[in-house]
Amino acid sequence: MYYTYAITGLILLISFIINKEKTIKAIKIATVKFKKIFPTFITMLIFISIILFLFPDEVILNYMGNNSKFISVLLASFLGSITLMPGFVAFPLCGILLTKGVPYMVLSAFTTTLMMVGIITFPIEKEYFGVKVTIIRNIISFFIALIVAVITGIFFGEIF
Amino acid sequence: MKRNTKIKIAYISVYIFFLIISFMFEFNPGKVIGYNFISFLVYMLKILPCAFILIGLFEVWVKKEVIEKYLGEESGIKGYSLVILLAGTIAGGLLVAFPVTYSLYNKGAKLSIVFTYIGAAAIYRIPMTLYEASFMGVKFTAIRLLISLPLVIITSILLGEYLTKRNYKMAEDK
Repeated sequence: MYYTYAITGLILLISFIINKEKTIKAIKIATVKFKKIFPTFITMLIFISIILFLFPDEVILNYMGNNSKFISVLLASFLGSITLMPGFVAFPLCGILLTKGVPYMVLSAFTTTLMMVGIITFPIEKEYFGVKVTIIRNIISFFIALIVAVITGIFFGEIF
Repeated sequence: MKRNTKIKIAYISVYIFFLIISFMFEFNPGKVIGYNFISFLVYMLKILPCAFILIGLFEVWVKKEVIEKYLGEESGIKGYSLVILLAGTIAGGLLVAFPVTYSLYNKGAKLSIVFTYIGAAAIYRIPMTLYEASFMGVKFTAIRLLISLPLVIITSILLGEYLTKRNYKMAEDK
């Protein structure tokens, strides 16, 4: 995290030394763009805060461990689609699930949908891409995740 | 003020009011929701300012011809490789990918490249991938990447071509 700031700061500084006016213009563009999308971000945060309340980690754990593999894969991709968590939370969680005996293919479905399918990020995505394309992209991503999960299952010997 | 903006202000106010009441009267679900909201807000406020400043710098410094040449209609395999590399090194996942691709698109990147960027930014950020492998094992991560990346590229090309035929344009002035 800090190193993102360091790099951004450094690039900003270099840009400022080379051309002051352009850099100020860049910051203005950044502010305007940020302001335009900020209310949508707040909307999304409201969704996240409620959804994470309805589906806390323990519930996710429960759903993914207690069913047949295929139902678990479907449930996992559903949960992955509706929730949003940063990778630094998701992967340790999956690590725990793995030690509890949750199959790799279930975790694959969960992590891939988590990263690619964003029902929660829908308000933001549609601002840029429009409703129709956002829906298409998310559906495609969902199926990619399912394919990846099945192939993961084959490679780890969980299907045959 | 637009009607949409009014609706947004209305439900955001209701939400904040609900949180304040919850904290005043020790209403537990409301408090949990409040803590969720704050922790994610902090997380995003850490990432987003950097992302938008970099987007701003990109807009003023990178010439349209450059993007058109490397990521435009004629870019080919090199364009896809380049955009995957780019997506792999930029932090922030999907949320950052949307505004970034929006700028790329307006500078002349083609749609299939835009969708490839989004897919790649979601599944294959290099630091995240290393982190993933440390928890899930190299085999898991390798399978996930080797299967999903080609699928992302193929579907992006199909979707890009379909939308280009239908004269699709991304939203204006965001």
